[in-house]
Amino acid sequence: MPTVTNRINDFTIKIATVNGTGSASANTLLMKSIFRSGIPVMGKNYFPSNIQGLPTWYEIRVSREGHLARSGAIDLMVAMNAETYSRDVKEVSSGGYLVYDSTWPRPVLLGRSDITVLGAPLARMCNEAFNGVRTRILMKNICYAGILAALLDLDLERIRELLAETYAKKPQLVESNMKAIGLGYDYARQNFSCPLPLKIEKMDRTGGHIMIDGNTAAALGCLFAGATVAAWYPITPSTSLMDAFKGFCDRNRIDPRTGAKRFAFIQAEDELAAIGMVIGASWNGCRSFTATSGPGISLMNEFLGLAYYAEVPAVIFDIQRVGPSTGMPTRTQQCDVMACAYASHGDTRHICLYPANPEECFYMAGQAFDLAERLQTPVMVLSDLDVGMNDWMCRELKWDDAYRPDRGKVLDKAQIEKLEKFHRFLDKDGDGIPYRTLPGVHPKGAYFARGSGHSQYGAYTEDSAEYQIVLDRLVKKWATAKKLVPRAVIDATGGSDIGIVSLGSCDSAIREAMAILKARGVGVNYMRVRSFPFSEDVERFLAAHRLLFVVEQNRDAQFRALLTLETAVEKSKLRSLLHYSGLSISSSFIVEGILAEGEVRPETMPGPGALPPRAASGTV
Amino acid sequence: MTFIAKPKVVHPSLPRNALGLIRRDYEGALSTLCAGCGHDSITAAIVEACWRQSLEPQNVVKLSGIGCSSKTTAYFVSGGHGFNSVHGRMPSIATGANAANRRLTYIGVSGDGDTLSIGLGQFCHAIRRNLDMLYIIENNGVYGLTKGQFSASADVGTKAKKGETNFQPPIDPVLLAMTLGASFVARSFSGDKQQLVPLIEAGLRHRGFALLDVLSPCVTFNDHEGSTKSYAYTREHYEPAVQADFVPPEREITAEYGPGEALAVTMHDGSRIMLRKLDAAYDPTDRGAAQARVQERLKSGEFLTGLLYVDPDGGVEGGRQEFHQVNGTPEEPLNSLPYDTLSPGSNGLAKILARYR
Repeated sequence: MPTVTNRINDFTIKIATVNGTGSASANTLLMKSIFRSGIPVMGKNYFPSNIQGLPTWYEIRVSREGHLARSGAIDLMVAMNAETYSRDVKEVSSGGYLVYDSTWPRPVLLGRSDITVLGAPLARMCNEAFNGVRTRILMKNICYAGILAALLDLDLERIRELLAETYAKKPQLVESNMKAIGLGYDYARQNFSCPLPLKIEKMDRTGGHIMIDGNTAAALGCLFAGATVAAWYPITPSTSLMDAFKGFCDRNRIDPRTGAKRFAFIQAEDELAAIGMVIGASWNGCRSFTATSGPGISLMNEFLGLAYYAEVPAVIFDIQRVGPSTGMPTRTQQCDVMACAYASHGDTRHICLYPANPEECFYMAGQAFDLAERLQTPVMVLSDLDVGMNDWMCRELKWDDAYRPDRGKVLDKAQIEKLEKFHRFLDKDGDGIPYRTLPGVHPKGAYFARGSGHSQYGAYTEDSAEYQIVLDRLVKKWATAKKLVPRAVIDATGGSDIGIVSLGSCDSAIREAMAILKARGVGVNYMRVRSFPFSEDVERFLAAHRLLFVVEQNRDAQFRALLTLETAVEKSKLRSLLHYSGLSISSSFIVEGILAEGEVRPETMPGPGALPPRAASGTV
Repeated sequence: MTFIAKPKVVHPSLPRNALGLIRRDYEGALSTLCAGCGHDSITAAIVEACWRQSLEPQNVVKLSGIGCSSKTTAYFVSGGHGFNSVHGRMPSIATGANAANRRLTYIGVSGDGDTLSIGLGQFCHAIRRNLDMLYIIENNGVYGLTKGQFSASADVGTKAKKGETNFQPPIDPVLLAMTLGASFVARSFSGDKQQLVPLIEAGLRHRGFALLDVLSPCVTFNDHEGSTKSYAYTREHYEPAVQADFVPPEREITAEYGPGEALAVTMHDGSRIMLRKLDAAYDPTDRGAAQARVQERLKSGEFLTGLLYVDPDGGVEGGRQEFHQVNGTPEEPLNSLPYDTLSPGSNGLAKILARYR
């Protein structure tokens, strides 16, 4: 039987359980104890849209090299869910391991001779050691963490330390959890040859890092950016962003003297109302935001058009999930790229930011408010379920105390007083951005915000020329936006005329794929676009490469379409690698996709200019 | 509509309010509505009420959705900001704006289509939140800008201009608001300025959501024989039940009221509304009884008007709490909080991140 050798700090564990049985605590415990051992680690949660009783999986990738995407392989499966046994067993890579609850016989497990099967009577042990049905179920899941601790050689003291932090207010839970850990740990030590070749050895590669999910990081960004009005309608997978924001505000935004809350947190009746509230609050001078997902974006369309045309700031976090329609609410995709870029009827274009990880969620939240207020327009932050809800290892977040919010061109009382007349939509500075005033400041600053046709002076109009002046100025403002949005991240170390172009959460899988390809003699460059409108470096990168792989997580190549619409790139140079299963994209998917393209096989790879020039028929 | 602007000449003898402003200072752009439109009378009543209440024009925020009624926010208080938003969604704009600055006076003007059809949900939820605003429905039972379709307030049996009869029962905003727990519910008629102006004044002073449904005939599409929202029909069937006299805090109650006829309701700022009951059986502070009476009169085709329900404890301690009281926001507007009171700074961040290490 083949066995895995020398896989210290480099393997993937997958844990199959039933949702609502406390497995999340066990999984977090395992991941965090690996993180605290100084080893880069990633956790991905594949959960059902359900409260209790359906299959759920958790994948932990341990990577001494710091690769934080899915690799595509499973080295150790913990199969705790009878309902999914057969498919879980199939998924284990050859030479891998399978841990299962041997309280009941599982003949299906014997079907594979190329993996090592380790049975432990978890349910029986917990039924004997604990009282109460619920406790027994919960402890059974903690118990497998004990088995893994022995198999992987995890430090029990570190586990105890984490439990003590988690249950600081309920110390009795530390002991009961440690008892369950001990049951599993001792059983494994007595019955299996511990540790396995897949094991943990202390390293020092996580210093200066934290484990955080993107929604929490985005919420922190909103707190630090000074957002005061948050309105939303609950929708997976965005809800945890709002929950986190409220939690941070409850702890950090209470007036110590009066107990008053320096924020308004409004659960709206639907997404239409949520974005309406954000627009109303922003129009009235607050930093305001909402968080939603695809269905919410669909509902917000009309209001987004209003905010674009009436030039009202707004910040919208779209934590993308699988569409179309309700789709798969607890699975990840990047399928709102087009819907956000051109949301609403009429000629509209919206600023979009594409964070790749929680660290960027934090910083881009602040940037989103600055851009929205500077440019007086909605800014959408397109995160996704993978970034938003999974725990990622990222560099410790930093805050610059010198930061002051860019509130944009808002006239104060004294400035309005000096004006002969205030004109809301006039381009005084030549950058396409007019001046705005807030209600309650000065009667001379009063104007009428409207979504109906208006002149640059702010009056209602049905006059073609007056209408067009405003519409054309909005194009000028878009050009200004191009200079202000975050630039693309470009890695040209591949030294090749082949490039990968991507956005958001594909990043870590792409970087690992590049390393794998390089080891196989295929060098590729990489550009990660971080905003729409595309910064000028995007056009340059596209022009400088002969062949471009556009990696994205949707079926219809939305990002590729956006590139062809908004840049001069030849369509024929673009190859799509589309991952839309709903699971996070893996490095192996990208490696295989690139190698499958005849033109990039190392042995056949031509030098620059070796191919005949391509017809530019695909240019838009 | 007229396109001749009135000259901006001010006669020195024109009466001035406490701020030294004349009525003209509360006017807005010229109305573009049809001559004789009920909405223009309501606009005039709003101008009168704002002037009487001596509101600082810049502190008036005018909000609307889409439709004839929603246009009217441009026709009063030109010194106040206006927001003509999207169809049926004015309440959410009002909610956000009010959240940002609780010190301003929010006047929403909507129509029966904007409120009772496309905007029914947002209307209900603004009431549930007890948002501090005056919400005026200019109710004519018909879609004007799209030329005469029935709205959700059209009565059973009413006839459209083209002869079609409506068979669907109407949604009555007054009954709906009472059911949803609104703390101030009034109905009036655009043709009765005597009743309308003090109701607007009281609504402006009320802390919490004040609904004022104003029957406002559409002269172009719904003023014909067979219509139950025409001037003639409304005059015949509207029945003042409670006359509200607004008494500012600094003024004594001087009017004579017969015994048992008047009821004083004190507002949060010390001002009072004297309710004169024209219908002896009516108690405007008893939600259940008021609701039953309004419904009973509607069945016989009569619209009770006046301040039909007021929560005497609305906005005061122990009574129905308005939006900011529920949310526990500070007295100073959220949009004026200094940034350093909002960000925990780098030291704060380091502390927050401890649990993520």
